[in-house]
Amino acid sequence: MSDVTMTVNGKTVSRAVRGNELLVEFLREQLRLTGTHVGCDTSQCGACCVHVNGELVKACTIFAAEADGAEVSTIEGQANPDGSLNVIQQAFQDHHGLQCGFCTPGMVMAAASLLKENPKPSEQEIRHYLQGNICRCTGYHNIVRAIMAASGQEVEGGAIAAE
Amino acid sequence: MYAFEIERPKSVDEALAALGAEEAQPISGGQTLIPTLKQRLAMPSKLVSLSGIDELRYLRREGDALMIGGGATHGMVAREAATDFPGLAKLAGKIGDPAVRNRGTIGGSIANNDPSACYPSAAMACGATIVTNSREIAADEYFQGMFMTALEEGEIVTGVRFPIPQASAYMKFEQIASRFPLVGVFVARFADRVGVGVTGASNNGVLRWREAEEALAANFSPDALADVTAPRASDMIADLHGTAEYRAHLIPVMTKRAVAAAE
Repeated sequence: MSDVTMTVNGKTVSRAVRGNELLVEFLREQLRLTGTHVGCDTSQCGACCVHVNGELVKACTIFAAEADGAEVSTIEGQANPDGSLNVIQQAFQDHHGLQCGFCTPGMVMAAASLLKENPKPSEQEIRHYLQGNICRCTGYHNIVRAIMAASGQEVEGGAIAAE
Repeated sequence: MYAFEIERPKSVDEALAALGAEEAQPISGGQTLIPTLKQRLAMPSKLVSLSGIDELRYLRREGDALMIGGGATHGMVAREAATDFPGLAKLAGKIGDPAVRNRGTIGGSIANNDPSACYPSAAMACGATIVTNSREIAADEYFQGMFMTALEEGEIVTGVRFPIPQASAYMKFEQIASRFPLVGVFVARFADRVGVGVTGASNNGVLRWREAEEALAANFSPDALADVTAPRASDMIADLHGTAEYRAHLIPVMTKRAVAAAE
């Protein structure tokens, strides 16, 4: 075991971790931040995406000890300070960007990274950026529309209604 | 995963000291090694994480060469090499996905020498030098077959020095599930020579297609490859994603595309 200290969603936390403890295990099991999901555990699906020092990272493919001293953001830290959904989360709701919701935390974290690097991405750029995030409901069209809308761009054809 | 301890040194010297322990293994970005550990295909007693060593995370111009620290992530290379060496920046920007590129490093990729890794093709085509904590190794001598390199136990890749070509491009034919190259070709044109590095294809790992290098040095155009002897299918990887013949066929196809795209 070794001691780690990191900032998670703005709060400093210190805990003892096993050498082989993944960051996603640390977040879910020690901190009970279960919004970060484990879909595949093989770094393919992206449901575990979080930000480490501002960069998109798969939390199943980094050890907790490697995040010692880092600033970590998870889906739980994404809402506005008053608890309302942030622009990306609201756009996912407005444009039916989620169906079962399992991939959504990773999608929202990936979208936030994309819009930080590229505030007005094209549809092609969005699809390319989401290469490491799998939606097994295959709800990609509305996810892409939600991210377009979150970036303040016109959404072609509007949302496909759930009913 | 089996149980192990993990250390996070702050300098190369501290890392080398930590690697002196019995069954200690270095880990850089971990994008290959962590999945390997999960499958219990490796059983180190101690992992020495190189990810906290700031002195390995840099790109800098050295005359006609680009020196890249072993700890530079693919994301850093994609961003910071874009002006000096666009061919390499584009290669880095297409490895894995954005989250993988934020962790995976050039040093880790070069040390692992996966037969389908992208960087070795550029290192071979450019005649790069692999710099370790103790010596410098020419790419031609460094890569020694699938997952085999000239590295000794406890030796780490501290950097890779790429001579910057006048024009270059990397073309990969993606295996659609993993997005690793089924075949990837890096073409580099210098004032006095052309380099062609091929990854993903051969049972012997990354290779140089020397016949193509000679033809392209005389005439740098896709047409120059029309009558050039292609690498033999008998040496190629065959698996459910493609036969050996298919991979052999892709080598000239991707080389021509790289020549046409070189900038």
